[in-house]
Amino acid sequence: MAQKQKRIELQPWQDPKAKPYIHLEGVSKEFRGTLAVDDVTLSIFQGEFFSLLGPSGCGKTTILRMLAGLEMPTTGKIYIDGVDVTHRPAYDRPVNMMFQSYALFPHMTVEQNVAFGLKQERIPKLEIQERVKQALKLVQMDKLGTRQPHQLSGGQRQRVALARSLVKRPKLLLLDEPLAALDKRLREQTQFELVSIQEEVGITFILVTHDQEEAMTMSSRLGIMDHGRMRQIGTPNEIYEYPHSEYVADFIGSINKFEGRVVEDETDHILVESEEAGCELYVSHSADVPVGSQVKVAIRPEKIMIAMTPPEQKRNATKGIVKDIGYLGDVSIYHVELKSGKIVLATQPNIVRLAERPVTWDDQVYLFWRAENSIVLTA
Amino acid sequence: MLTKLSPTLKTFMTLGYGFLYLPILTLIIFSFNSSRQVTVWQGFSTKWYRSLLQDEVLIKSAWVSLQVATFSASAAVVFGTLAAVVLVRLGRFKGRSFFGILTTAPLVMPEVITGLALLLLFVGLEQIIGWPKGRGILTITIAHITLCMTYVTILVRGRLSDMDRSLEEAALDLGARPLKVFMAITLPLISPALISGWLLAFALSLDDLVIASFVAGPGSSTLPMVIFSSIRFGISPQINALATIIITGVAIGVMVAGWLIHRKKY
Repeated sequence: MAQKQKRIELQPWQDPKAKPYIHLEGVSKEFRGTLAVDDVTLSIFQGEFFSLLGPSGCGKTTILRMLAGLEMPTTGKIYIDGVDVTHRPAYDRPVNMMFQSYALFPHMTVEQNVAFGLKQERIPKLEIQERVKQALKLVQMDKLGTRQPHQLSGGQRQRVALARSLVKRPKLLLLDEPLAALDKRLREQTQFELVSIQEEVGITFILVTHDQEEAMTMSSRLGIMDHGRMRQIGTPNEIYEYPHSEYVADFIGSINKFEGRVVEDETDHILVESEEAGCELYVSHSADVPVGSQVKVAIRPEKIMIAMTPPEQKRNATKGIVKDIGYLGDVSIYHVELKSGKIVLATQPNIVRLAERPVTWDDQVYLFWRAENSIVLTA
Repeated sequence: MLTKLSPTLKTFMTLGYGFLYLPILTLIIFSFNSSRQVTVWQGFSTKWYRSLLQDEVLIKSAWVSLQVATFSASAAVVFGTLAAVVLVRLGRFKGRSFFGILTTAPLVMPEVITGLALLLLFVGLEQIIGWPKGRGILTITIAHITLCMTYVTILVRGRLSDMDRSLEEAALDLGARPLKVFMAITLPLISPALISGWLLAFALSLDDLVIASFVAGPGSSTLPMVIFSSIRFGISPQINALATIIITGVAIGVMVAGWLIHRKKY
């Protein structure tokens, strides 16, 4: 996964005294009896690139539209830069949005599209011209200013839409699935461009997407949503390595889960007895669960090591038969069946060529991993 | 690439177009006939066009019709667009579907009934509030607005519901107030429907005989009324000449409108 880490030296969300720039306080939205957004509280700091991630219908777009002022929350408050904007109309907010359909005005040229927002502010003509030029330059569309939207490709339209929403220098820019309409290659390239443009202009971005790779690549932090609720907020690394719940663990990447019974819960470790895994699972963090209760221990496929000979460790080590090998080029995914019938996924980088690979179908292999790489899922 | 049509299809097409346009062609040809007989060709002449210019009754009724059609088409576009915007953009307000039915009802109402109902309304109104005074151009115009507005509403409604809602939202988001959004974004984008709505309303009003006959008063006869009553005393070739002029005007109007609509590529 291409990972462009945002260079935020300060991590304001870890500073209890830091003042959030965007703040949602217990926001809910009801549409004809169903809760689209359910009591969401969220703080976003200045200069962040925050992503809302979740399956379609999870309420992420509704949050975006409430920030834009296109929907009004049923309950709760929204603050932008310390000002309560909960009931302000869309045209009176320091917020701009880039729509999924781009929503370029078809009867205007590229330049007229970008100038539209500035004209509403009654800015002098000369300044409008200058700022439109700058904005188009930023997205490398300055040569096509006199074209009409229907004369542009998908990628070019996307750039114009970005320029149009940036030109007013909003305090907050909202992006609704901005890359969904582009093909894969263009999408990856545009991800990096979006991040560098964001760093250049220094505007706080909130992005909505259902594409986990996109969210992981671009965001300083992300929020995982499900059925209108915020399930977990954290940096891409935190979300991937320390998911709080099964839902989040499943949503980002693939993960192996073993059911088991807690036999020891100390401040520095938990010991779980698991018949499914065929071994004792030792996790080097506490989870505050009573001894004897059922939990799930999760481990990412790339954290599992494969060997033909038994490892020294007795805990976090099991064995099985290779049932299937998925060859992806850079890595291979091994589907290993344990004695309990459980299929475990383990990925290994293909350091050696396919023909020389030692592990093959129907081999008995040993699987083991380090205690700090597994997680106890409590929800 | 052009597809080659089979001979059967060609025959059907020729028959179909012939059925539609031969009568009109005949009418145009006979408007240049020098004979008084409408059905016998005697030689080329433009005398009916000249005598048409001297026929004050026809000229006056044509003028009445044009005034009524222009005004009622314009008013129908305004009211029809408002009704369409309310139906498409205002969400599910109470009584929305009832309002939708009410606006399209005149479409299926027999003209005789619409005409009679309007006449009763005008007479009643005059007795109660003293307006409109008598019947004439004003009452015909009001009646035609009621009829034409329905068609405009249907056209604009279709165009509005096809339109990407996020265009208006984007304009709002960029700082335009709702009225500005309507003027700068919505109106230009539905303009093809407005143009065709106006033309349709204009044609409907120009064409209407039944409703106008109910609500017209002395001295406000429209062109269809005059033509219809003159036919009872035999058809004069003058009518052919007049019809030719109208057809030419309509053809030019339709071509200009088509060009205006298709010029926009979105």
